Order: sequence, then C-alpha cells, then structure tokens
Amino acid sequence: MSEPAATQSPWQTVTITRIEKRTPRVTSFFLQPSRPFAYRAGQHVDVRLTAPDGYQARRSYSIASAPEAGETIELAIEKLDDGEVSPFFHEVAAVGDEVELRGPLGGHFVWSDGDGGPILLVGGGSGVVPLMAMIRHRAARKSLVPAALVFSARIWDEVIFRDELIGLDDRQDGFDLVLTLTREPARRPRDYSRRIDAQMMVQSMMRLPEPPSLAFVCGSNAFVSSAAQALIDAGVPAGIIRTERYGV
Amino acid sequence: MVTRGFSSGRKPPTDTDARIPPGQYLEQGFPVLSAGPTPRVRTEEWSFTLKHGPRPIKKWNWTEFNALPMTRMTRDIHCVTAWTKFDTAWQGVLVDDILADAGIEPPTAFTLALSFDGYTTNVPTKDLTAGKAMVALLYDGKPITADHGGPARLLVPHLYFWKSAKWLNGLQFTERDEPGFWELRGYHIYGDPWREQRYTGDP
Repeated sequence: MSEPAATQSPWQTVTITRIEKRTPRVTSFFLQPSRPFAYRAGQHVDVRLTAPDGYQARRSYSIASAPEAGETIELAIEKLDDGEVSPFFHEVAAVGDEVELRGPLGGHFVWSDGDGGPILLVGGGSGVVPLMAMIRHRAARKSLVPAALVFSARIWDEVIFRDELIGLDDRQDGFDLVLTLTREPARRPRDYSRRIDAQMMVQSMMRLPEPPSLAFVCGSNAFVSSAAQALIDAGVPAGIIRTERYGV
Repeated sequence: MVTRGFSSGRKPPTDTDARIPPGQYLEQGFPVLSAGPTPRVRTEEWSFTLKHGPRPIKKWNWTEFNALPMTRMTRDIHCVTAWTKFDTAWQGVLVDDILADAGIEPPTAFTLALSFDGYTTNVPTKDLTAGKAMVALLYDGKPITADHGGPARLLVPHLYFWKSAKWLNGLQFTERDEPGFWELRGYHIYGDPWREQRYTGDP
C-alpha cells in the first residue's frame, strides 16, 4: 500500500477538449488531465461537480480510451433523465469547461494483453465502455490474444462505437464482434435479435480458438445477473467471470 | 472549484444533511454491486464457520444458526460508489451472540469476513462487537435475496458497505490486519464513510 501524499489532493482538474455524440443517449467527453494520468484498460474514474453553494455531486464513469491513446481520457456518458451528473454533461458541458477527476480507480475489472486469454467480453448498453478500453488496448498493442465481444443493445443506432467495432472486427486479427439487438432484427448474418442466453454464449465461445481464460461482463445489474448466469449455464467457470454493475 | 453551470438540483432537505456522509447522495432504491456472478447458495448447503487463523472454532448449519438469538437493526448504509440509503431494516445474529454461543472472547484484534465465492474483507474485531455488527438473515422482514447477499451477509453499517460481505460463510480471526479483496485492489483498509476513507491513500 502506498503512503498518502501529504500535500497533493487526489482530485485533479481536467479540461474538456472534445465532445462527440456516439448515439442518441451516449456522448463521449475527451478530458485533458492537468497532471500525468496512467491507467489500465477497464478502470474507472470519479468525476466531481461543485455548485456555487459548495454542494458537490460525484459519480463513477468507466474510461473508454486505451491507455495508449495519448494524453486525453475518453469517458462515454449515458444521459440518465433522473441523474444529477450526466444531465450536466449532456446539457451544460462545453469544450473548455473544467471538472474535477479522481482516479484511476478499480483493480479488478481490468485487462492488459500480458494477462493473456482468450477473453470473452459481454456488454449491455453503455456497459460496453470499459470493454471498449480493453478492445482498443488490444488493438493498440497489436495483441493477438483471441477476444470476442458480445454486445447487447436495444437497436442498431444505440450500438455505441459501432463503426469502430465493425472496423476492428473486419481486421480478422483474432477480435470477433457479435451484436445482439433486443428490439430490432439483426443486421449482420452472425448477429442475434434477442436477449443474451446460454446458447448465444456457447456459439460465441466457438468463435474463440479455445475456451476463455477470463470473461468480463458489464452493464446494468439485471443485465449482468442474466448474462453471468448465461455464461455459467454455458459451462464457463464462475471463478473466471469478472463483473461490473452500474448498481441499478 | 465551482463547476460552471452546475447547481444544487438535488440537495437533500436540511434535516437529513447530518445523516449523509461527505461525498454521498441519498438513494431510494437499493443498488446491487459485486465483483463476480451471484452465487446461489441453498440453505441446506449453507454453513457458517468461526475460525482462529486456519483453525475452526465452531461451525453452524442453517438450522443451528437460526436458533441463535435474533436482533433487529435499522441503520443508514453507505456505499463507496457514493449512494447512501436511510433506514435499512435488518434482522440477524449479532457477532456478540455468535461469540457467546461459541463460548469465546475475541482471540485477536482483527477479523477477515469470508464468503462462499471467495470474497474476503477485513474489519477490526472491535468494529464487529459491542452490538456494532451482525450476520443478517432478513432484510425488510424477508429472507435476503441472492443479489443482496443472501442467505446471510455481514452487516457493518458504520463502515462503507463493501465491508458488509455478501454470501458470508465465516469469520476468521487474524493476528494482523490482512487486506481483503477490495482492500488489495485500491480500496481503503478501514473504510469510514464519515472520514471519506474510500481509496488507498485517503487519510
């Protein structure tokens, strides 16, 4: 355990340098840290906003960018209508604005190419964000660790990072993308149009050269519960499944 | 640093301010967080073991454990992901009553909570005794669901809620303060919400 730094706050000011709409409900915010920020794919940050009366709100967001991506950190934030921090980002935040950030955080839901594989990634909605960091890290490292992403979204237009994921899939370098749409017909031959189940997991794992040594599942609590159960029903040992839940 | 354009939209009423630790917000639901799949532990195969180091002191099955004195505890709980929930109502067996049934005084100053899925978390023994903590079996009068850690979870409400280990199957007294699962992965060794001890390095 490292000793606390006596003089330096764990919070740092970051500047929004770019804003990019990903889907109707998800927008990426690119943040420029004010001091060096080294992280691992899958980690998250806490973001803190302060009102003029001193009131503060903080929320955790997963990092979407790969550690190799350069100086800015990408957060892909879904707008929650009854939220407190996400509406600020979606409705108020502009390039040049500053917010406070703490991190990187989390030492469990992380993957580096040195950890090996194959890896099976299962994401629901914006739960794909930390998995995207792993996929981008794998690509940036030119890693040949076999990886499959099963990504569940409601509709085609809500598939976050869709073009980038399909582009990575097209490289045929050992990364395989399976999309499943729960409210629309599938668009590609290999894709599905239903909620994740054990059969889908079995078929997706057959795209890997051997059974996964690690599985990462991220999404809402309901999504993670059913997807993790589908993995277990498909024969994946519970001990290799790591989960991250939004908590709602 | 004041954030441009951010106002206190959700500030809780003043009379509840004093119950919300720094950096927390009030949550009405009961979010679920865990590091892995939800274990489904049947009460027929459930057991609880009190250990001193590797040595078992006493083991209870579900029926035996349910025969121990039951206590109700209604407490505010605080998750490190920044939600606080008021007045959660639990029923279970105080750690004091477990120790009494085993006929022992706490043998060491530190304890590791052990779970069916391999999760561990460390708590100083004095934070578990004197009525401060229980092994909870009921939430809101009903068996605790698997999502929330049932059949039995630890309840240490005065510390961040990751210390209240789900799917509990034992308490192990240790000679040293041994970091548990999250404590080895960047979270604070003690976790007092009122001192905002969230992560390694927090005072």
